[in-house]
Parts: sequence; structure tokens; C-alpha cells
Amino acid sequence: MLRSFFAESRKLRRPTLALSTLLTVAAFSVLFTSIVYLRIKSGEPNTKMGERITATELSQYIGLVYGFKLVSFFLGITALCIFASQTAQEYTFGTLRNLLVRQPIRIKILAGKFLAMSLFATIMVAFTAVMTIATSYALAGKGGVTTSAWMSGDAIQLLGETFGNILLSTIGFGTLGMILGLLFRSPITAISIGVLWSLILETILAAAISSTLKWLPAQNIANIAEGGSRTIGYSHSLLVSLAYLGVGLAVVSLLFKRRDVAN
Amino acid sequence: MSQSAITVTNLSKKYGDRAALANANFEVPLGTICGFVGPNGSGKTTTIRMLLGLISPTSGSATVLGESITHPDKYLPRVGAMIEGPAFYPALSGEENLRVLASLGGFPQDRVAPLIDRVGLTDRGGSKYKTYSLGMKQRLGIAAALLPNPDLLVLDEPTNGLDPSGIHEVRELMRDLANQGTTVFVSSHLLGELEMIAEYLVMLREGRVIYTGSTANLLSAQQPVLVATPEYGVDLARLIEIARSHGHEASVVDDQAHIISESDWGAELNRLAFEAGITLAALTAVRPSLEETFFTLTEKIGE
Repeated sequence: MLRSFFAESRKLRRPTLALSTLLTVAAFSVLFTSIVYLRIKSGEPNTKMGERITATELSQYIGLVYGFKLVSFFLGITALCIFASQTAQEYTFGTLRNLLVRQPIRIKILAGKFLAMSLFATIMVAFTAVMTIATSYALAGKGGVTTSAWMSGDAIQLLGETFGNILLSTIGFGTLGMILGLLFRSPITAISIGVLWSLILETILAAAISSTLKWLPAQNIANIAEGGSRTIGYSHSLLVSLAYLGVGLAVVSLLFKRRDVAN
Repeated sequence: MSQSAITVTNLSKKYGDRAALANANFEVPLGTICGFVGPNGSGKTTTIRMLLGLISPTSGSATVLGESITHPDKYLPRVGAMIEGPAFYPALSGEENLRVLASLGGFPQDRVAPLIDRVGLTDRGGSKYKTYSLGMKQRLGIAAALLPNPDLLVLDEPTNGLDPSGIHEVRELMRDLANQGTTVFVSSHLLGELEMIAEYLVMLREGRVIYTGSTANLLSAQQPVLVATPEYGVDLARLIEIARSHGHEASVVDDQAHIISESDWGAELNRLAFEAGITLAALTAVRPSLEETFFTLTEKIGE
């Protein structure tokens, strides 16, 4: 499994993938965080869903991670795309046969891949944390936000919790991408279905039939990053996500193990 | 230890009602170069994929390097393979692609650079795979197959896309490896190439093995042909008649008399033609090539 991890890591660290991913998440981190701080004084909505957060609220210890949390869903979608493409491309490039000749125990390939992509996701989330917090500090003065509470014990604890939750959620979305990649064996199909489902179909479904909200996979995975919400509890989201992803992984692992590799 | 690198026993693979391979039986002796021959769709790649653990047989069994194909993890670390052409990550360099496979196989990374040199990619090893020509891709595929320092090398059409000097290099490479004790199992459409290097042959047609054995035995079992060209074309019919009257099958092909006979009857034919007033401009004894033998065999089976 470790050999598969190192092999996958070599692919993930190629500049076109690693740098472009980090640059993209950096751009979104700066953009989302900047909007919050630069629009505080305008009196207009400055955060997600057309809501507004004030300088007083941001001056509390939650201000440290506010920008970080804003980017969490974007991180999840990015992970979904990377995990899906890294998995499905083995079929489209025909490279799976090379991998299986060098590592015939198929589950070890999957496990190594998953570990390597999870490490990649961890670096991406950590980098985002640094970028959003740095941007928050840089723009706090401009928005009239005081940062003294951001270095308190509560703030540091919240940062740790938020990092853990966002990481779990990001890897959860990544796992969803990997499942779709193994299922559809085409990066474009896997990513299209994953993104459409998570961004559009679930939103429509939840709006049309509100009772479904608690049971939709992407909504629950995203809710983990938030640390739970008023409508869906954290533990509930954790359990529902684990159930979906666990069953999904079990099914695709079995398929991957048994399926003939004929391309 | 088994004396065969590969032993296939009643191996079959069915896709629905269609049998891609039907009850195949053959052996590949250790340390030989074995040609794997058959038209497109005859089951060559299916067989190779089963031997490499990529697809499961419907029935039958096989061993590779003495281990059952149900446990490919036991023999694949000693097997190098290029199946159905090279396949690599386009955005990685040739060298980096090999490093990925070396990491996965647990092979030392310092094997990569010498292999890149060995297949003639020294100047382009650092270039992205997507910029490679077909011949360069093929060379990289061969380098990847050599990563494990294999006891068995399985190559599926290794000379596709190579220029004549590249084909020559691959032929020499296979000879070198066989001399060092590596068994080479190679499928190719270039039967002339295989005739030059393969000591052993497995022939397939429509999923069935139609010949397995030494190349020399196969070729020597084929009837030789005397090709006689009379000075004047009008004498062709009489020449054919002479051959037939002495119990030999004969026919006209491209203004030449093709007479099925051992080469030592050539002198007698020349004398008989001379006595009949026919001057022979050329008389040659020809043994059928592997390609001609292959077509003869596949046509016979198809009838």
C-alpha cells in the first residue's frame, strides 16, 4: 500500500496539478475573504446566501476562521474533481493495466491512491487556512475589525476544530469523487455527475422537498465543514456521510477488485 | 521448478456467447523467445491479459513461472509486460512515468536512467510523454517492461510504430535478454521478424491454438517449392506438364512454374527441361516463409 501511496504522490506533485490547484484555492480564498472585509462598511450583504456579517461579530474569536469556513464547500468540490479525475484517468489513459501488473493486489492500489489524495487534500486545506487567515489579518483594519480576540485560546481551539471539520468534509467530497470515478471510469462523466449532483440537483431537491435535506449526501458532507447547523446536527451529518461513503466505497472496491481490465 | 515459463491448460474466456479463447493448451519453454501469432481478434491479447491477472478466465487454468494465474502477486514481480501498446500519463515525462512504476513495483529508482538510455531515449527522457512520437512511446513501453529485470518478458506488438532501425534494436534487445536467460513471449504481426528470432511459436486462430511447437519444425514440415522460369513464356505449360508427369504438383504463378518438390529434384528438372528443348532462365528452391506457412495453416483450419 505504501508503494502505491508513493507512486500516486509522484503523479499528484506534478506542477501542473499541484501548483494550479494551490493557485486556484489561493485565489478563491483571497476573493471570498476580501468580499467579507471590504464590504463590511457598505452596509450591504457581504457573505454567503446574501447575508451580512458585521465588524463587531468578526472582532470576536470566530473572526479568525470565518473566511476559512466560507471556502470550505469550494474545497470539497475541488477535492471531488481531483479524486474523480485521478481515479478515472487510469481507465481513459489505459494506465490501469500497468498499475495492476506492478501491483496485482488491487485493493492496495486503491488504498494507496486514497491515502496520497487525502494527503494532497490536507495540504490544500492547510494552505487555504493560511491564505484565508492571512487575508483576514491583512484586511481587518480596513473593515474596522479588531483582531485581539483571534489569538485567544478559544480562537486557537476553534481553528483546530474547524480545520478538522473542513478536512473531513473535503476528504468526504473527495471520496465521493473517487467512488464516481471508479463507477463511471471517465473523468468527465464522474466530475460532471458529481458537481451537478452536489451543486444543483441536491439544492433543487432540498428546496422542493425540505424533508430530504437531512438525508442528501452532499448536504451532509458540507454540513460537517460547518460543524453542524440549526437544521442538521453535526453527528447526524457525520453518520449519514459515513453511511453513504462507506457503502459506496464497499461497492466500488468490490467492482474494482473483480472487474476485468479489458482496455 | 517448472521447465515452462508459461503453461496453459484448457484455458477459455467467453464474453456472452462469444469465445475469445476456447480450450487453449500450450507451453512456453523457459529461456526461449516464443512468438505468439494470430490475426486480429484471434485471442492473443485476451490470453496475455489472463496470464497477467487483468482478466479472469471463464474456465481452465494456467501457470506463469510455476505459479497459478489465480495468484498473480506471486509471479508478477518477476514479469515485465507491455500490453496492447504503451500507456502512460501524458503530463509526466518519460522518466517520471517510469519512476511512478518503479515506486509501485518496489524497484530501485536508479534502474530508471539506465533503462531510458538502453531504449534510446536519453535525450528525451525528461520530455513530457504527450510530446513523444509513436516510436518513442513504444520504446518507453519496452523500458517499463524491463523495470523488474524480468525472468519473463511479455510484449504485445513491441515493434508497432518503430522505424526499421528501431525494429532491429528491439530484435537485438530480445535476443540479448534471451541469451541472459529471460523468456520472451512476444506477439507480433510482423511474421518475418518473428521468423528471425522466435525459436518457439504459438499460433491462434479464432480463439483456438492451431500450432504450438518449434519454429524450425513448423517450417521444415512445409513442402518446399522449386520455382522455375523458362527463357520463353510459351514453354511454361510444357514445363508444368513435365513436372506433373513425374508426380509433382505444379502451377503457374506470376509467369513462373511453382513445383512442389524437394530441392534435390532441381537437377533432374533442369535435365528434363533441357531434353525437352526448354532453357531455364532461373531455377530456385524456396521454403515457405513463416508468413506463407501461417496463411496456409489458417486457411486449412478455416476450410
